[in-house]
Amino acid sequence: MLRAFLIFVLCLGLMPLAAPHAAAQDAQQTIDRSATGGAQTLEDILARQRGEEVAPKTGDATSNARDLSGQLGTLGGASDPDLWRALRYGSADITVSAGGEVATVLVQDGGMAWLEFRQGPLAKYGGYLLLGTLALLLVFFVLRGKVRLDYEKTGRTVTRFKSFERAAHWLLAGSFILLGITGLLTLFGRMFIAPYISKEFNATLLMASKYIHNNVAWAFMVALVAIFIMWVWHNIPNRTDITWFAQAGGIVGSKHPPAKKFNGGQKIIFWSVILLGGSISLSGVSLLFPFEFPMFMKTFDLMRSVGIESLPIYGPLPTAMAPHEEMQYAQAWHAIVAFVLMAIIIAHIYIGSVGMEGAYDAMGSGEVDEAWARQHHSLWLEELQAKDKAAPKDATPAE
Amino acid sequence: MKAMMMGFAALIVISVGSYFALQQLGLTAGAVGSGDAVRLD
Repeated sequence: MLRAFLIFVLCLGLMPLAAPHAAAQDAQQTIDRSATGGAQTLEDILARQRGEEVAPKTGDATSNARDLSGQLGTLGGASDPDLWRALRYGSADITVSAGGEVATVLVQDGGMAWLEFRQGPLAKYGGYLLLGTLALLLVFFVLRGKVRLDYEKTGRTVTRFKSFERAAHWLLAGSFILLGITGLLTLFGRMFIAPYISKEFNATLLMASKYIHNNVAWAFMVALVAIFIMWVWHNIPNRTDITWFAQAGGIVGSKHPPAKKFNGGQKIIFWSVILLGGSISLSGVSLLFPFEFPMFMKTFDLMRSVGIESLPIYGPLPTAMAPHEEMQYAQAWHAIVAFVLMAIIIAHIYIGSVGMEGAYDAMGSGEVDEAWARQHHSLWLEELQAKDKAAPKDATPAE
Repeated sequence: MKAMMMGFAALIVISVGSYFALQQLGLTAGAVGSGDAVRLD
């Protein structure tokens, strides 16, 4: 009798534990959410308060839900997660006073990938590239030393570059150095200046860098066009370049291969500056006028049209891109190409200054000794001398 | 040296000139981003 009584009491005690589970299963099956467009209903809320499991919402919960600011009525309300989800995936109904359609994007997921790339691999490998280039040149200088003149100086000079050519070169050089320094400050300032000097100093430096970078960019582009027009004819590759490269330009070893006005190495520099500088300029203009000249989606479409569907390391090319993503791609490309060009220009500065005797004169005074011209540009010197001989001695310049 | 100075002078002229030219053309970020209800200058 006592045993039957105990079993009865135990059953009574366990009933409340079993009942909600059964009720939840019923609730999951029976709750009709058609009135709320799939958003939670009053039954959902009450079930959750009872500790019951609530079936996930179905459909687009935000489309039929009431605005949070208004009366909820029978349609329920869009919860914060719903709102943030809509903002994240660009489905929220946003109205802005200025900035157009672009400004309606309040949250952009792709921005995090760009930020992480900029603070991580871009800064890391870009920095390594520049430091590695400097280290290599230092090692090369220690091992090879300055490229000296093999012939004795004659005292006679020939005009290597005219005044206008040199001015355009220095316009390009000066603007590129300013752009490089301000670009590096923009990327590395937060890592190396703000923590060690001060955030205020870094902020002032960044503001100045921004003004310099945005405006000096135009000087760089003007100079780039001038340089291209002046020197493109002399930089078309020809047969002598093969010999020049075969003999490593005379930099390694003692031979000095023949060359015209520009040798193979200088042609590499020229085309690097034109192509990489041109690419930097295009992405720079895209950044100077945000959202006005998006280029990457068009480029990817063009690549796909010729059968390029993916790139090594990067993977498949994107098929759609938000306006902000276009800007992020432009910034990343701008910086990557700029790092490569900076490394090339560091090597150019080395060989044009401490790396080679007499090289600076070409861009300094514009006059180089005949001995230097014979050693490094023998074919060009022969052309000049042939022209001098061909010109009649009693000729007078045209009025 | 003279050519170098000319190049640097051209750099300053073009840079300062572009700054004021863009302002005159209304192409600054402030001018482009402003609207009826938003003033960014």
